[in-house]
Amino acid sequence: MKNNIFLVPTFLIFLFGCSESISPVDSGLEDKIFHYGNGSEPQGIDPHIVTGVPEHNILISLCEGLTTVNPMGGDNLPGAAASWTLSDDGREYIFYLNKNGKWSNGDIVTADDFVWSWMRILTASLGSQYPDMLYYVEGASDYHNGLIDDFNMVGVKAIDEFTLKVNLKEPTPFFIDLLSHYSTWPVHKETVLKFGDIDDRNGEWTRPGNFVCNGAFKLKSWELNNKIIVEKNPYYWDASKVSLNEMHYYPVSNVMTEDRMFRAGQLHLTSTTPSQKCPIYIEEKNPNMRIDPYMGQYFYRLNINDPLLEDVKVRKALAYAINRKLLVDKVTKCGEIPAYSFTPPGSNGYQPETSIPFDPDLSKKLFKEAGYGPNNPFPKLEILFNTNEDHRKIALAIQQMWQQNLGIEVELVNQDWKVYLSREMVGDFQVSRAGWIGDYPDPNTFLDLMRPNRGNNKSGWENYEYDSLLEMANSTNDQEERYKLLNQAEKILIDEMPIIPLYTYVKRYQLSQDVKGYYPHILDNHHPKYIYLKRD
Amino acid sequence: MLSIFFKRIILAIPVLFAVATITFFLIKIAPGGPFDADKAVSPQVLKNLNEAYNLDASNWEQYLDYMSGLIRGDLGPSFRFPGRSVTEMISTGLPITFELAIYAILIALFMGVLSGVLAALKRNTALDFIPMAVAMIGICVPTFLMGPLLVLIFGINLELLPVSGWGQLPGDKILPSLTLGFAYAAYIARLSRGGMLEVLNQDFIRTARAKGLSERMVVIKHAMQGGLIPVVSFLGPAIAGLLAGSFVVETIFQIPGLGRFYVEAAFNRDYTMILGTTIFFSAMIVFFNLLSDLAALWLNPRSRDA
Repeated sequence: MKNNIFLVPTFLIFLFGCSESISPVDSGLEDKIFHYGNGSEPQGIDPHIVTGVPEHNILISLCEGLTTVNPMGGDNLPGAAASWTLSDDGREYIFYLNKNGKWSNGDIVTADDFVWSWMRILTASLGSQYPDMLYYVEGASDYHNGLIDDFNMVGVKAIDEFTLKVNLKEPTPFFIDLLSHYSTWPVHKETVLKFGDIDDRNGEWTRPGNFVCNGAFKLKSWELNNKIIVEKNPYYWDASKVSLNEMHYYPVSNVMTEDRMFRAGQLHLTSTTPSQKCPIYIEEKNPNMRIDPYMGQYFYRLNINDPLLEDVKVRKALAYAINRKLLVDKVTKCGEIPAYSFTPPGSNGYQPETSIPFDPDLSKKLFKEAGYGPNNPFPKLEILFNTNEDHRKIALAIQQMWQQNLGIEVELVNQDWKVYLSREMVGDFQVSRAGWIGDYPDPNTFLDLMRPNRGNNKSGWENYEYDSLLEMANSTNDQEERYKLLNQAEKILIDEMPIIPLYTYVKRYQLSQDVKGYYPHILDNHHPKYIYLKRD
Repeated sequence: MLSIFFKRIILAIPVLFAVATITFFLIKIAPGGPFDADKAVSPQVLKNLNEAYNLDASNWEQYLDYMSGLIRGDLGPSFRFPGRSVTEMISTGLPITFELAIYAILIALFMGVLSGVLAALKRNTALDFIPMAVAMIGICVPTFLMGPLLVLIFGINLELLPVSGWGQLPGDKILPSLTLGFAYAAYIARLSRGGMLEVLNQDFIRTARAKGLSERMVVIKHAMQGGLIPVVSFLGPAIAGLLAGSFVVETIFQIPGLGRFYVEAAFNRDYTMILGTTIFFSAMIVFFNLLSDLAALWLNPRSRDA
């Protein structure tokens, strides 16, 4: 019987063939393979259908728009377009495509490819969730909404094989930034049509062996929920700059698993750092821990159609009773920045001029003016958030602050993600947790959210002065004037307080010290052609 | 035995039909839809998406459409992953989950039966108390604690084994199989001990000993056959449970199995995927229960003769 105790390990070793091996990070150095923790399984890699960060991380290696993000921040760089000009009235762009631009099958990238691709994303029956990125183009929204049938009436034309003309409805200073968003990127017409129609969501053209695009890498393999491998594309116009041979994307949705994989040398990069580990790594001065600026805002949305919150004095009282510094120092604890505006400071040179004081006395005074006090106590207020430990901690802190500073009773309600979204959408909430990450580096990506009739407004707040200021701001070519108008609009927003900004996100992650050329970027865009591996 | 087999198979059809129907209408009642997202889609886009997936039809029309597809073996397209069919996703994840379940059950059987039989034979000694105490710990410690603990010890501190993956790195199947196997080994140990204790007091064991058979023969040939019937009965639901309930281990160890698809489909309101995996797992539960009932029948001479 004693021999039996040796049977277990023997059995396991026999079964699995255990042997010593070097870690992927170590072997990646020699093979030039980058191991990328990518959060979750991507929905797909059709740039006109998908939404989300994991999808973006993969697409940025596979496809390329007319312009690409500047890895060091600042103006966009040439991508599929080698150069471009803008007319004096700011409404006509001419893009001169890179004549060396090729698809991953060797075909030449032409202006017609962009026209067809933009027609595809604007084809209503495709059900793309990002067609509004092109609504700034003349006739684009009309075509998408079925008001016109003829795509020739949309302001995008191929003048010749390598020249593309784009006419905008209004001067749109951030239009070039929009072009680095994957929804505006081209798809290979022949490949898409080989596996379905222009509006086929389920075509198999995105499978390994079928997928053709114009990025620095091409799709090699895709094992669902396991790994996506992309390899260097020899046809890419800037292939000489690409150092990596392969990138391996792992859809690790559990942040603790991802952390363990990084510690065991299985990943070069994590998608995030677990919130409970972040303060520890900061304290330990962990050299792999990175905290970068990020264009995202965490805020509470107030339902102003709720009788309790229709009075602006109540909304302001709630906002002024929150100690944001305490929130980031003692609750989130990972370098987040207290937010006193809706737009993150410094987005593309824009500095919001709003302020939200932490002033319990003023809060109490406003509450009293709104008619609430010992004789007329404020009814119980509900904070809705999606089930998540970090959101719960923040809600608990806010609950405490409101109870302490205003004496109101607050109930916390957590819901499954989809239930939370559906309750927000139908306005079945009083206060709800919200977050927003910019799609492009311009304050408009935030302020546009709160315009009347915007699906993401969700607060019920409508202010037509705010709306017209944004309209005016986006019709001018003068950036200084534009920012002035945007600041006026933002002051109205903060004065009316349909949302309570809490803090500005940071991008927290772990990065192996072998990785070079991975620069902080406000939109978390990292073009893989700049990344290389080298051990110091 | 063959007639029992066919009878049970025929009985399974209305069970699966009921599961499909109840699941279909339950997910329709659940708040939220497959296309709800943080960045709200415009009503026009939502209308287009609903049209693309036939969600603009009435619930009854959708139900009839789904059931007619199901009869043809078509589980529909995934709503969450455009371009992927539910059948394809199940067939991708199933072999991995199945492999994990087999390794886990082998480990569980080996450890559980060995310690259970040993404990029964050496009743009220250290060889009884220690394995049973360990088994109780195995039952009490959930896999979401056991998994990270094993990873911490063998993966990170001792650097002996990979901390995640399945078939990517040498030895990466060991920790997930052990984690999943431990929980079931504990149950099997207690069942084996109980079953063996009951059988060891029976007259036929005394007769076997009186005939002069060696203790080893008595235990292996006579006692274990009857003593392990509870274990065999447990195996059917256990394998089905392993297949359907491996989500936690798959998540901890980053294994691309079916369990993750199943749970994530529910969170994403991927209607067809929820239906497909639920029906599939129901079929598995019915099938493995049937197998274990047949095996128990075969092992038990009284039932067999009847």
